[in-house]
Amino acid sequence: MKIEILGTGCAKCNELEAKVRQAVAQSGKFMQIEKVADLQKIMAYGVMSTPALVIDGEVKSTGKVLSVEEILALF
Amino acid sequence: MWYELSQSFVQNTLHVSGALGSSVHFFIYDTIKIWFLLITIIFAVSFMRTWFNTEMVRAYLAGKGEFTGNVLASLFGIITPFCTCSAIPLFLGFLQARIPIGVTFSFLISAPLNNEIAIAMLFGLFGFKIAAIYIAFGLSVAIIGGWIIGKMGVEKYVLLDIPTLSGDLHVSKTEESFQERLREAWKATYDIFKKIYLWVMLGVAVGAWFHGYVPAEFIATYAGGDAWYSVPLAVIIGIPMYASAAGVMPLVEVLTDKGMLLGSALSFMMAVTALSLPEAIILKQVLHVRLIALFFAIIGLGIMALGFIFNMIL
Repeated sequence: MKIEILGTGCAKCNELEAKVRQAVAQSGKFMQIEKVADLQKIMAYGVMSTPALVIDGEVKSTGKVLSVEEILALF
Repeated sequence: MWYELSQSFVQNTLHVSGALGSSVHFFIYDTIKIWFLLITIIFAVSFMRTWFNTEMVRAYLAGKGEFTGNVLASLFGIITPFCTCSAIPLFLGFLQARIPIGVTFSFLISAPLNNEIAIAMLFGLFGFKIAAIYIAFGLSVAIIGGWIIGKMGVEKYVLLDIPTLSGDLHVSKTEESFQERLREAWKATYDIFKKIYLWVMLGVAVGAWFHGYVPAEFIATYAGGDAWYSVPLAVIIGIPMYASAAGVMPLVEVLTDKGMLLGSALSFMMAVTALSLPEAIILKQVLHVRLIALFFAIIGLGIMALGFIFNMIL
């Protein structure tokens, strides 16, 4: 699985990244985590409110910091 | 009731009276009142927002005509969450969906201007009427300002090449339960409150000091006057104060209480919320300086016009 965190470097984006890392660690699965700050790429996903969470190319959430439990439910 | 309670607490428990007592009473009364209102209003707005997101707004605005689009975009600006850091993706995202640039600007003006903190503070400090006037006039600045920018053919000042989306806009809908929405709203409220509660205290503290110690004549002379420059001055001072909007408003309340004209005060508050330097710097990544200057100039002029009108009629 490939997880992408879309964000242009705001505080909330870093928060979401930390939560994702925690969730991945808890799940014990092997996953690729990538932070995407490139605007063109973010636009390509059709996302406007950052941070956004993309799993395997599918936008799962936009504009909010999910909790670890919420992220785990998406795996 | 709370007013008497805090007054008797200051007089009977702390045994302070006179100017000091009046300041302490004002501080306790105002801080608690504003905190309470902030939490209530931010929670209500955050809860409503769980039904809206910018992607939905975009899908709805796409294909709307110029003027209708400006009006709708300004109205959506009230209920959609907005933070300066997401100004760019939002701006580009709107253009990507072929929403006219003027309509995009209407949203960009309205969203920070009609933010929940400003509305809550105004409601708490000045009452329903002034808060409603602020919203109504904020909307007109957003509608007219965006419309004018749209008429000026500024598309060439967008520095990034934006691929337009093809086909229908896809909006992913997540079904959330009532409890989940409540929890989300509460979390948002907590996050915002955590960021501003100290600013509120600071603003009220300085206001309380003014309240007890600075004579009304002093303020009327320096901030009050109906001199022509009081409104532009208020706007210029307001621009760099973005981060502390929550702290500035209690001060403005005291200033108006002591003789500052309400029009100047409203202009000042709008400048604090709508014109922010951090936003300008962020937008500079994708917009030409000329367009940003135009954006600031139009809103600045609009806000000043409102200030003058208010000073005359109120």
